[in-house]
Amino acid sequence: MLSNLNRRDFFLSTAAFALLTAQPALALTETDARKLVDEVVADIDRVISSGQSDSAVLREFEKLFVRYADVNIMAQYALGADGRSASASQKRAFNDAFTGYIARKYGKQFRDFIGGRVEVQSARQIKAGYEINTLAYLRGDGPFEVSFHVSDKSGRNKFFNIFIEGVNLLLTERSEIGSMLDRRGGDINAMIADLKKAG
Amino acid sequence: MSLSLKIKAFARPSVLLVAALTLSACATSQDVATRSNGINDPYETQNRKVHAFNKGLDKNLVRPVAQGYGVVPVEMRNTVNNFSENLGMPGVAINSLLQGDLRGTGIATLRFVMNTTIGIGGFFDAADELKIPAHDTDFGETLSVWGVGEGAYIELPVFGPSTQRDTVGLVVDFFTNPLTYNTLDGDAELIPPTAKGGAVLNDRERFSDTIDSVLYESTDSYSQSRLIYLQNRRFELGQEAREDVDPFAADPYEDPYAE
Repeated sequence: MLSNLNRRDFFLSTAAFALLTAQPALALTETDARKLVDEVVADIDRVISSGQSDSAVLREFEKLFVRYADVNIMAQYALGADGRSASASQKRAFNDAFTGYIARKYGKQFRDFIGGRVEVQSARQIKAGYEINTLAYLRGDGPFEVSFHVSDKSGRNKFFNIFIEGVNLLLTERSEIGSMLDRRGGDINAMIADLKKAG
Repeated sequence: MSLSLKIKAFARPSVLLVAALTLSACATSQDVATRSNGINDPYETQNRKVHAFNKGLDKNLVRPVAQGYGVVPVEMRNTVNNFSENLGMPGVAINSLLQGDLRGTGIATLRFVMNTTIGIGGFFDAADELKIPAHDTDFGETLSVWGVGEGAYIELPVFGPSTQRDTVGLVVDFFTNPLTYNTLDGDAELIPPTAKGGAVLNDRERFSDTIDSVLYESTDSYSQSRLIYLQNRRFELGQEAREDVDPFAADPYEDPYAE
């Protein structure tokens, strides 16, 4: 067991090392990453204050999510180890369902941002790019620390994770998707059907 | 308060402190053995029962009452929150001192003095108007600063998600708050818990979308609350756990399917 683990660790670190060394230097700069977060914040603000109906706002959020987030890597990560056995069409179906789910679930909570503001505070380099730390001031509340993890590894500058007061969105959603899979006895198709209705 | 009671009031915390350190010592040795995925939950079966109870309590009592309380003008509800927070400031000052955090001690003391005087007994957050930053801490954090391990995850009845270390902190804070425990007598003793109750209801109402989403819309509300609590608590305690303690924080671009 132990030697298995070691072998796996060794394999992973070799693979990671190969990936790291094979890649060209990061093209993403801190300025790019900050700019992306500024755009995201401005767009969320615009949608919230547009005065549209709730369902229209959620549709707008879904569009913003696809535009600014690396939905593909986020969905893959959320699916976790079970993603290895998924077929290409299952992965696509999961991607779509996951996008809608995230937009619905977090879009609802963005309503709390009405009248609030988000200020970019600092940035630091992380493995995949940059972490942009912001403070979200809600009306009469907060501030809350919200961090965006930004990378260009998808080929474009996108965020791939958000931390809200230390709560890792990807990790939390991976656990939730895992629970959904458990409930369906590991049946990915049934889980995807559930996911379309969740959030 | 009579002299014997006063002595008891001082004796009790020190007994608790010893208990706390003993308990926490056990907690530390447990950390590595039963931990997987950064979560140490050997009492999961029992915890899940408590979780079901807490959920019932929220659904049938806390949530509806909080919704009712939401009708009270927000200014008045904030006043109750301010008052309750101000009552906790002496405890915050002491814990900051125990942590060697002199700046925190200063902020908490200044806040308490300002808000009790200019803020009329703590009903208004005058310190905030004067741009004195907010500061909060507790004995759970003090234990953490002293190097005590987090221990196992515990879901407490009524209080909700906690850890062994934070449970000890909660008990010690309750019995050592210099303001409430040693100075209030008779009916006045009911004031702090009542104010706290109001503040809890206000928070339940204010963050209702988020709390409802975790408790009633997630597939496994127990594991979601556990994960969210632990991440948030570790973040508060300044444990930059992202890279080493938390394996999931790793870069998803390296291997998104990694366990």
